[in-house]
Amino acid sequence: MRLPLFLTTIHDWLYSMMPEIWAKIVEMVLIAVGYLAFFAVAGLFLVLLERWIAAWIQLRRGPNRVGPGGVFQTIADALKLVSKELTGTIKADMFLYNLAPYFPIVSALIVLSVLAFSSTIQAYDVNIGIFFIISVSSIGVIGILLGGWASNNKYSLIGAMRSGVQVVSYELSVGLSLLTMVLLTGSLQLSQIIEVQRTGGWLILQGHIPAIIAFMIYMIAGTAETNRTPFDLVEAESELGAGYHTEYSGMKFAYYFLAEFINMFLVAAIAVTIFFGGWLSPFGITDHIIWLQPVWFLAKVGGIILLMMWFRWTFPRLRIDQILTLEWKYLLPINLVNIVIMAIIILLGWTL
Amino acid sequence: MSYFSNIYYGIKSLLTGMSVTGKYFVKAPWGTITQYYPDNRDTLKMFDRFRGEVVMPHDENNLHRCTGCQSCEIACPNGSIEIIWDRVVDETTGKKVKVIDKHIYHLSMCTLCNLCVQACPTNAIVMAQNFENSVYDRTQLTKVLNKPGSKVHPDVKE
Repeated sequence: MRLPLFLTTIHDWLYSMMPEIWAKIVEMVLIAVGYLAFFAVAGLFLVLLERWIAAWIQLRRGPNRVGPGGVFQTIADALKLVSKELTGTIKADMFLYNLAPYFPIVSALIVLSVLAFSSTIQAYDVNIGIFFIISVSSIGVIGILLGGWASNNKYSLIGAMRSGVQVVSYELSVGLSLLTMVLLTGSLQLSQIIEVQRTGGWLILQGHIPAIIAFMIYMIAGTAETNRTPFDLVEAESELGAGYHTEYSGMKFAYYFLAEFINMFLVAAIAVTIFFGGWLSPFGITDHIIWLQPVWFLAKVGGIILLMMWFRWTFPRLRIDQILTLEWKYLLPINLVNIVIMAIIILLGWTL
Repeated sequence: MSYFSNIYYGIKSLLTGMSVTGKYFVKAPWGTITQYYPDNRDTLKMFDRFRGEVVMPHDENNLHRCTGCQSCEIACPNGSIEIIWDRVVDETTGKKVKVIDKHIYHLSMCTLCNLCVQACPTNAIVMAQNFENSVYDRTQLTKVLNKPGSKVHPDVKE
């Protein structure tokens, strides 16, 4: 575990206070609490940002009542959701019904823990980073499937099954487009991937044309993974009520909702790490200032999130057959060809 | 080859859509089409054809233009208008004429269809532009349109 400078004093103080094993446990708990706090704040802020951007794209004003400029709107919403009654259906499978909302949120939190926010802020630099992220983030769909199944509601079930179809299909494109970039880096470890980009420029520049194609495929497939609007037939309001979370209320609904937005953050963060150099500054202009690294990282993530919200409020929803056609007839073949092209380019040394 | 042209036209149409919404997004801080309603209540001006409620305009001498012909009451599809009228002897001509006692208007039943205004032969009633009509007691929605002590304008002939 690597720590930034201002935390090393706390680290030393903890180890001087108590035996090593207890110090380790306390430290882990503190870090987990820190990540949870980031999780909640980022989720709330993204919901607010989504509403503002939706408003601006539709030439409206957006939330502007609660607090200065409406910045406390989602906090008020969250308080309302906390105070709401947790309703449920009588014939639901109560154990699974109550368990299901924790799957998306826990899987999102696990993925958050391996992200590199800067050269020092990274909870766990696992050496199979990308592989770990892809495999863990697909656990979230189990929560959606369970929620839809346990609700004992036909609309929920249809929504959950659509989600299963969609995520299983688009998982392939996400994995293969990331694999295209892993060919360039030669490592799955996130810190290694960023180290490669420090010397050779961002991967989207190093890989030029195949990298841009991979990025486009990754953004499409990533948007589908998070069940956001061009691909939101999981919870298609006009067809299914609210899809898999029709029967959920209060905080259980809020968990699903928060997990969706954190997943969007994660998709953007992975895109930034793989394609846009993670916490590196453009052209290395501020690489010697350590504390600017997370700022650069979050700024780039914000840019990608803006792009995803731009998609969301532009494109209409796809039908289920259109979604499967897009994946299996277009994205997957293009992706496979793209990997071969990338391999040939690397073999011939044509990278920038 | 339609496979590749599909991809090309797909990407092109997506980019066209994104450019439209992107332009809106950029100019939103200057040109939103919605209004800050409760904040701009003082300067808010409704449109000429907006129909808020039926009113009867009175001039400065407390004269209205209603002759009590009941055309509006007949025209009203849901009985929002009731006219209580009387016959009095006109001093100048000595004839009995119809005058209104109360022009009662039920805003709670009115659908603001404008038929009464169109039916009125003397333009006695018009549609007002106010829209903040909520009250805490529904009896306040039953309004008497002619002011107390008002008379019909002498120019108005039945």
